[in-house]
Amino acid sequence: MKTALMLVATIKRVFSGTGYGLIALLMVGVMEIHAATESTAVQQLARGEYLARVGNCLGCHTTKGGQPFAGGLRLTTSFGTFVTPNITPDDETGIGRWSQEDFWRAMHEGKSRDGRLLYPAFPYTDYTKVTREDADLIFAYLRSIPAVSQSNPPHEIRFPYNYRPLLYVWRALFFKQGIYEPDSTKSEEWNRGAYLVQGLGHCNACHTARNVLGASQDEHASEGQIMDSNWYAPSLTTRQEAGSMDWSIEEIVELLTVGVTQRAMMSGPMGTVVRQSLQYLTPEDARAMAVYLKSLPESDAPPEVRYPEMPEGVRKYLAQGEKLYEKHCQDCHGASGQGAPGIYPALAGNRSVTMAIPTNVIRIVLNGGYPPTTAANPQPYGMPPFQQIIRDEEVAQLVSFIRNAWGNRGSLVTPVDVGQSRGSRH
Amino acid sequence: MKYFILTGLFLFTCFAEAAEAPQPVDVPNTLAERVKACTICHGEEDKASRDAYYPRIAGKLEGYLYNQLRHFRDGRRYYQPMAILLENMSDTYLREIAQYFAGLEIPYPPPESIVIPPAQAALAEKLVYSGDPEREVPACSACHGQDLMGTEPFVPGLLGLHSTYLAAQLGGWHSGGLIRGKIANCMADIAKQLTYEEINALAKWLAAQPASGEPANALPAEMAQRCANLALENGDSR
Repeated sequence: MKTALMLVATIKRVFSGTGYGLIALLMVGVMEIHAATESTAVQQLARGEYLARVGNCLGCHTTKGGQPFAGGLRLTTSFGTFVTPNITPDDETGIGRWSQEDFWRAMHEGKSRDGRLLYPAFPYTDYTKVTREDADLIFAYLRSIPAVSQSNPPHEIRFPYNYRPLLYVWRALFFKQGIYEPDSTKSEEWNRGAYLVQGLGHCNACHTARNVLGASQDEHASEGQIMDSNWYAPSLTTRQEAGSMDWSIEEIVELLTVGVTQRAMMSGPMGTVVRQSLQYLTPEDARAMAVYLKSLPESDAPPEVRYPEMPEGVRKYLAQGEKLYEKHCQDCHGASGQGAPGIYPALAGNRSVTMAIPTNVIRIVLNGGYPPTTAANPQPYGMPPFQQIIRDEEVAQLVSFIRNAWGNRGSLVTPVDVGQSRGSRH
Repeated sequence: MKYFILTGLFLFTCFAEAAEAPQPVDVPNTLAERVKACTICHGEEDKASRDAYYPRIAGKLEGYLYNQLRHFRDGRRYYQPMAILLENMSDTYLREIAQYFAGLEIPYPPPESIVIPPAQAALAEKLVYSGDPEREVPACSACHGQDLMGTEPFVPGLLGLHSTYLAAQLGGWHSGGLIRGKIANCMADIAKQLTYEEINALAKWLAAQPASGEPANALPAEMAQRCANLALENGDSR
């Protein structure tokens, strides 16, 4: 661009006042058109990069500390281990030989360049909703990144799932091909949010209960065990979990893009999604997502559990937990579990603490963690890991206590529950 | 009477509300507060018994600490609790945390009292100050400084650490057990030349020395060349 301007200046100097003025003007015109095309191309690449961020391609197609988009990440599932492919434009090991059409078929139809069916570890069940225009922009961006020569090992999928034709059956049952169709009764903003959440954002990949065949079971984002991790993805349609029907749009936006609000905090794999993807959302897209998430219909509320009067034995068990709380937790989370909003989360009334499935709260006590660093929260406060400090029995007492203190009510946690949460990679 | 009851109710409501909404915990806006998740293990107090494994990080070189934080985060040095803590931290924040710990001036505790047989001590001292040129093992002091307090900006000091930690690190470099020995690195090449007997002797001898002195300013030219990848490792990986 700068070179182009300098050339224009030179041409102007050479031709000015020599009778070639008209030609000079024409040339300037041509160059300006050229410059305009160039800047459109730059804008389109930036748009493609943005969409790749929203789809969080990097999240799976990059190993820890590895070359961006070169794949190689191992995703352990109950069907075996999937190894993500290299999607840099390298001819031999990446997608250098792919055409725009090939890429579209992968995103929209879940088929590889050679026509083979892709395993739904690649979330084409969501990406199918992405428009052709957006898919083409992402492809153009992926063509523009540095090619990395990196061959990744093959998948290690267990019998019988390694028999690819079975995917025909799976797809007949669970895959509905087709781009997102706007709901004309809803606002443009709502539709934009739905498009992002259901399509590129592929929120359903985690926030939906998967059946035994690994298929997301719900049109609307619900709940499930997250692939390759020992975290539980809370339901987005349940008030008792991560439903946002009671939240203000502003607070949902804040949680998605900052990672922390007055009452909630993104942890585990969701913290990583904020770091890698959501923090880059434009204010308009973040708002659209929030509008859609808030509007999700509430799933049937779980039957209210009537807790009987606590037997003496249980009270003693919880009292042990209370002692541990006073020693290890109270300094930050407060004597009444009130916390410090936006810094140390309150535990009283905290849904991550009281959720029916206690996996996440146990993991947080064992491993600690920091919310993601984001532009608006560049120096987050952290939670220490306690796995080296207290034993499984003590973690069970402690978690049982915070699930039943200050008005909280939840099932008791056993050392076996704690043991099951240890040892996972994430 | 009516007013009395109403006032009573009003007061009761106030108290009830006060009881329901306790004051938020007062949290200092400092880096020291933010790194409490680190200091639970790397704290000031003497943890020589149960938690001997956790190395002292106070006063270590900033460049060294920054590199280690990023290695843990990016999987080039493996320790699961560290990897989970650092997973979602930016380079900028890791640099600030490294600066914070590098700037801490906390007196070193007295060295471990370990009985080292004279032959073992002699073996360690020879490796520390002379190395073994035949196996291309340089003296520890060539890189880690004459005082063994490290060399700016990336080479760590070797004193003030527990023998368990030292033995584990040398063993890791030696066998690749901590991933470290599996990546191209001059320390891995050197440690692979050492025997377990030598690793044990070094870990014990180093842990028994009092920590004093200053880091060296720069590596000798030969070692700077041999360990050039230290600078490469400092490149941004994401």
